Amino acid sequence: MAKILMKGNEALSEAAIRAGLKAFYGYPITPQNEVPAYMAEHLPLRGGVYLQAESEVSAINMVYGAAGAGVRVMTSSSSPGISLKQEGISYIAAAQLPCVIVNVVRNGPGLGGIQPAQGDYFQAVKGGGHGDYRLIVLAPGNVQEMADLTTLGFDLADKWRNPVMILSDGILGQMMEPVVFSEDGAVSEVDKPWATNGAAGRERNIVNSLDIIPDKAEKNMLRLLEKYDQIKAEEVRWQEHNTEDADVILVGYGTSARVARSAMELARKEGLKVGLFRPITLWPFPEQRLAELAKAGRSFLAVEMSAGQMIEDVRLAVNGVSPVHLSNRLGGMVPTPEDVLEKVREILEGRVS
Amino acid sequence: MAEIIIAGFGGQGVLVLGQMITYSGMIEDKAVSWFPSYGPEQRGGTCNCSVVIAEDEIGSPLVTVPTTAIVMNAPSFDRFEPKVGKGGLLIYNSSLIDKKSERDDIRVIAVPANQIADELGNARVANMVLLGTLLEATNVVKTESVEKALKNVLSERHHDLIPLNMQALERGRAYQ
Amino acid sequence: MKTVFQKPEALTDMPMHYCPGCTHGIIHRLVGEAIDSLAIREQTIGVASVGCSVFAYDYFNCDMQQAAHGRAPAVATGIKRVLPESMVFTYQGDGDLASIGMAEIVHAAARGENITVVFVNNAIYGMTSGQMAPTSLLGQKTATSPRGRTVEEMGYPIKMCELLATLEGPAYLARVSTHDSRHVLQAGKAIKKAFEIQQQKKGFAMVEVLSTCSVNWGMTPVKALGWLEENMIPYYPLGVYRDVTAKEGN
Ligand SMILES: Cc1ncc(C[n+]2csc(CCOP(=O)(O)OP(=O)(O)O)c2C)c(N)n1
Repeated sequence: MAKILMKGNEALSEAAIRAGLKAFYGYPITPQNEVPAYMAEHLPLRGGVYLQAESEVSAINMVYGAAGAGVRVMTSSSSPGISLKQEGISYIAAAQLPCVIVNVVRNGPGLGGIQPAQGDYFQAVKGGGHGDYRLIVLAPGNVQEMADLTTLGFDLADKWRNPVMILSDGILGQMMEPVVFSEDGAVSEVDKPWATNGAAGRERNIVNSLDIIPDKAEKNMLRLLEKYDQIKAEEVRWQEHNTEDADVILVGYGTSARVARSAMELARKEGLKVGLFRPITLWPFPEQRLAELAKAGRSFLAVEMSAGQMIEDVRLAVNGVSPVHLSNRLGGMVPTPEDVLEKVREILEGRVS
Repeated sequence: MAEIIIAGFGGQGVLVLGQMITYSGMIEDKAVSWFPSYGPEQRGGTCNCSVVIAEDEIGSPLVTVPTTAIVMNAPSFDRFEPKVGKGGLLIYNSSLIDKKSERDDIRVIAVPANQIADELGNARVANMVLLGTLLEATNVVKTESVEKALKNVLSERHHDLIPLNMQALERGRAYQ
Repeated sequence: MKTVFQKPEALTDMPMHYCPGCTHGIIHRLVGEAIDSLAIREQTIGVASVGCSVFAYDYFNCDMQQAAHGRAPAVATGIKRVLPESMVFTYQGDGDLASIGMAEIVHAAARGENITVVFVNNAIYGMTSGQMAPTSLLGQKTATSPRGRTVEEMGYPIKMCELLATLEGPAYLARVSTHDSRHVLQAGKAIKKAFEIQQQKKGFAMVEVLSTCSVNWGMTPVKALGWLEENMIPYYPLGVYRDVTAKEGN
């Protein structure tokens, strides 16, 4: 299995095609442009459809159509474009359609900038569109995971009939690292008897999100919530390093986790007991494990490229047992390991409350 | 662990040079990462990339305190010379940078990269001259890995340029 | 006993929820008959929009998807591109197609997307109880133009067939009416034609069907039919605005 040096955005695209992607609908926006470019170049030659839609609104609705027709389908965008897709995402979640949505997050709000950020965490994990729904949100931490979590994303989407979001950022999208694709080429697709692909020799199928009779709608909602509970029970993923003896556990995902890892290494060299906890699924959030790790005399430090969003989930998980602090940068600035280390020192020396 | 920043004007082969080193590290089975500046910064004329080569998993791919900086134009010199970590290395293109470093805690090597490239008859190999200097000054990657990487990074129809690139590399070694 | 009236196979038995005198029922039937006569029910996927026809998925006896407001052409594109051998149609109102979904319809048409669009123009927002639509006529009183639509305040009603006819993409564009049985018959032919165009992979086909909304227009059903004929047809002339097959002489 040969290593290939690839940009994160390209690795993700290649993995999607290998996962049996049949359609990609997108719209240009930096810093995700390598994804549609890769798709336009390769997908039509490998049995799929590439189409540039007139807007993100259109693109996500094309995804709705193709997902309803039973094929593996995907769209990608960056923050402002993902905002436009929220309507469609809510419909897709409600109609229980499997698909993969990629957000290569840039700094915002508003038009913001094109530099890496993590300000779309709330939108991704709390439901950015209207109504009670959840996305499965996967946060890759390197280029290999950009590929692997995309493959996993398609499998989870099919398994749970639920949209999956890959929450990446400008650094993970633009950076190059070696990536290995498994060569078995097996696509783990499932049967989709519910798909609308022509009612030949069967009852007609309906893909729908309208639920207008309250008592029926409530029952359907409860069924949906049951599914979410099952996902919570079965699909939580995370990674930890040096947490056992840690006085301070850094918590971060994606690029922030990479910075936190460097900070942890610097700290350990100085003899400071610092560990790292990296959620891979942001929803479902690894709250149970964080709760287990919480104890008196231990602190948590959330490292984020946002005003502090994931930290709220850390606090909910830790539930007051340990203090939770924040080390963050905004506006497309990336925290440095030195910044994080300085915050660790402040915590250990009791300079923060 | 080597944390390298390469910076210069767009068109000087800054990003490709970074990719060459990254690729070579990958050939040696090291952990590697490459991250380019992107966006308006780049359009302003300067660009840079971060390269990390390590034995083990890489943390931040964005280099803030470089162990080595290779700078190809004056604005990049101003920006990155002060950032090189203590005991680090600064290699700069003295054909375009008429400055001297005041720092005494780092090693500084001036290389007339454009002049040498012109002598070789192809201005575009200035970046390879600087790579030669880097390979001689540090053992970040092996020369034979670079040769292999060239074959992979350059498309087949440009393979006739490999000898010229290797020549540029050799010329760069002389500056230490 | 001879059967004189039979429900098309492409329609379900579900009783329709439309108001008395509403022409949606007739138009559903025309679509159902077209599907039956071309024997394409088992390969057809319909896309219902948001408006009074939001429940269309209950009435068409084929695979159906329900789309967000205005997005039916995008949803249909998504389906058709991955199932090019299927027959895909959208069924949209004027608020859906000509207001919130203007971008989706224009671009589907410009791409020559090989789908069939049934566009029901009743000059009002029916579902949300009678607000002004992009197709409401000048002077027309609605819940949100209580003193009548004026050019100064609200500009001009949009003529979709004419607008889309400025594009190269469409293969078939026709405007028909439902105000009497002769016109209903013609409407049925146009809708069938729009499916045939898709079957022959000629590209985008849209039939704009002028229809009534007696409840929100505040008229009896019969009066509404007359109002359509007298007021809508002069502004929205009936006819074929594009037919690529006509050029070919068949
Ligand atoms: C995003 C969004 N905005 C508004 C609505 C509310 N809404 C439902 S139906 C409708 C009007 C539909 O009118 P039209 O397309 O003319 O169809 P008709 O009801 O007249 O058949 C509106 C505005 C909605 N469902 N979604």
